[in-house]
Amino acid sequence: MPEEIDIDRVAQLARIALTPEEKEKFSRQLGDVLTHIHQLEQVDVSGVEPMSHAQPLANVWQADEPRPGLPLEDVLRNAPAHRSGMISVPKIID
Amino acid sequence: MSTATSAPSALAPLHSQTIAELSARLVRGELSAVELTKAVIERTRAVEPQVKAFNSFDEADALAQAAASDVRRAAGEALGPLDGIPIGLKDVIAVRDQPLTASSRMLANFVSPYDATVTERLKNAGAVLWGRLNLDEFAMGSSTENSATQTTRNPWDLACVPGGSSGGSAAAVAAGQAIATLGSDTGGSIRQPAAFCGVVGLKPSYGLVSRYGLIAFASSLDQIGPFTRTVEDAALLLQAIAGHDARDSTSFNTQIPDYRAALAQAGKPSAWKLGVPKEYFGEGIDAEVSAAVERAIEFYRAQGCEIVEVSLPHTRYCLDVYYVLATAEASSNLARYDGIRYGHRAQGASDIVDLYFKSRAEGFGEEVKRRIILGTYVLSSGYYDAYYLRAQKVRRLVTQDFLNAYAKVDALITPTVPAPAFKVGAKADPLALYLCDIYTIGANLAGLPAISLPCGFTAGGLPIGLQLIGQPFGEAALLRIAQAYETAHDWHRRVPAL
Repeated sequence: MPEEIDIDRVAQLARIALTPEEKEKFSRQLGDVLTHIHQLEQVDVSGVEPMSHAQPLANVWQADEPRPGLPLEDVLRNAPAHRSGMISVPKIID
Repeated sequence: MSTATSAPSALAPLHSQTIAELSARLVRGELSAVELTKAVIERTRAVEPQVKAFNSFDEADALAQAAASDVRRAAGEALGPLDGIPIGLKDVIAVRDQPLTASSRMLANFVSPYDATVTERLKNAGAVLWGRLNLDEFAMGSSTENSATQTTRNPWDLACVPGGSSGGSAAAVAAGQAIATLGSDTGGSIRQPAAFCGVVGLKPSYGLVSRYGLIAFASSLDQIGPFTRTVEDAALLLQAIAGHDARDSTSFNTQIPDYRAALAQAGKPSAWKLGVPKEYFGEGIDAEVSAAVERAIEFYRAQGCEIVEVSLPHTRYCLDVYYVLATAEASSNLARYDGIRYGHRAQGASDIVDLYFKSRAEGFGEEVKRRIILGTYVLSSGYYDAYYLRAQKVRRLVTQDFLNAYAKVDALITPTVPAPAFKVGAKADPLALYLCDIYTIGANLAGLPAISLPCGFTAGGLPIGLQLIGQPFGEAALLRIAQAYETAHDWHRRVPAL
């Protein structure tokens, strides 16, 4: 039995508006992928530390020194909308 | 169907020569960077309508870089072997003032405000940066069919895919539209298209090459690496881009050897131990691929290498670990595309949250949405331990398998992909497409260097790739082992009849 995923909840968390067709299709396809992924339950992982990346590095520190960032015009060049040197967005607070 | 022709190097047209050959001619003054760049532009114009490797290119900008290279050389200030060589970049690597689209509608109008570290280093090496190469959207795919721009075609058979996600980078080198290119590899995205297109593709050790300025897909797996015609060229290009960068906190501070000098040292195959992981030759492998790789193994044995069968018992879980971790990281990385500061913004949203939902729905293609949904799911409360945490633990077991093998052998030898390039449209089911990556994913999970090089052709004329997987930061040894095969064969000298 393919795993059922609550596609509405997940789409809500992911902030993506899905069409009814996408919901149906993704639910089915991801159910198949999850069935495959369930193989991982066969592995004995007791006592195994999780591995987040392959580097023998933990914390990487840098001196806390101010450095120039991107110039304002470079930042605004890719902004969908801006005004008076600021990125504009739809109203957030009434 | 293309027929292969074997072109002796001295007679080969400029666009199909190697960095090493061209750089020697530039040094001797037999060739100018402008002449070379014009030849590459001409070739690109001629074959691009069929190959479709590029999202965009800027001829005037390339010619200006080439002219600057010629001025440097005339003044005795040439910068090294890459000076004046046209090198293409996958369209996920930032070049200041050039488009950067990730082959996504989301970034259709984005222009890079800065250079990636690799870009900066190629500029410092005098390379002529040439073109923005097509990929599967946000590097998610194995065929370039997920590109919002176009599907790149395999230069060996235009009905077939070039592989992916760095399909444009691989096809451009195979078709002579660039002398070399850079791609990125998260689960095989350099090596798999290199195998499909009959070129050399190298994924460096995780942390060897800075990811600063690379559009992130899965940050614990992504690495930038070269596509070239020869192993020597891969060494030259790696030399230019490798090394510590404080702007990438996962960049590893290690001494970078002289890779080309390492190649020149007389290799002693009789001292090499190569491991053949038995799990990589199981069911599902194409007979012609298997036979070609067996012949390569026999070649090494005949050279005096010790061939050892090894076991990587967790291989069968690699794909599952990868699809949990890569999609989880992607769902987090791609959260930045919200229509606010840059990227696509939907019109007519009722409020700011609606703006996020609509901008992301319109900006992302189907595969990207599918992976964000899967990644969000495996990270969501109630599922995190069962999927994400468990996958991270199995990742350690996968890595331990490799390290156990390296106690016995210097490198592993495997096919790059279970089968040759498939026809455009042939793999509609996502799971079937994901299975293309089964031999390449392990090196990403364990952070190991791995290279694909041509090791034959199918009866139908499609290239077959041989993969060698090396020890952590063992690129020099890996390149030497690869070159021993290459110099005794001429697969890499064949060019597609376009």
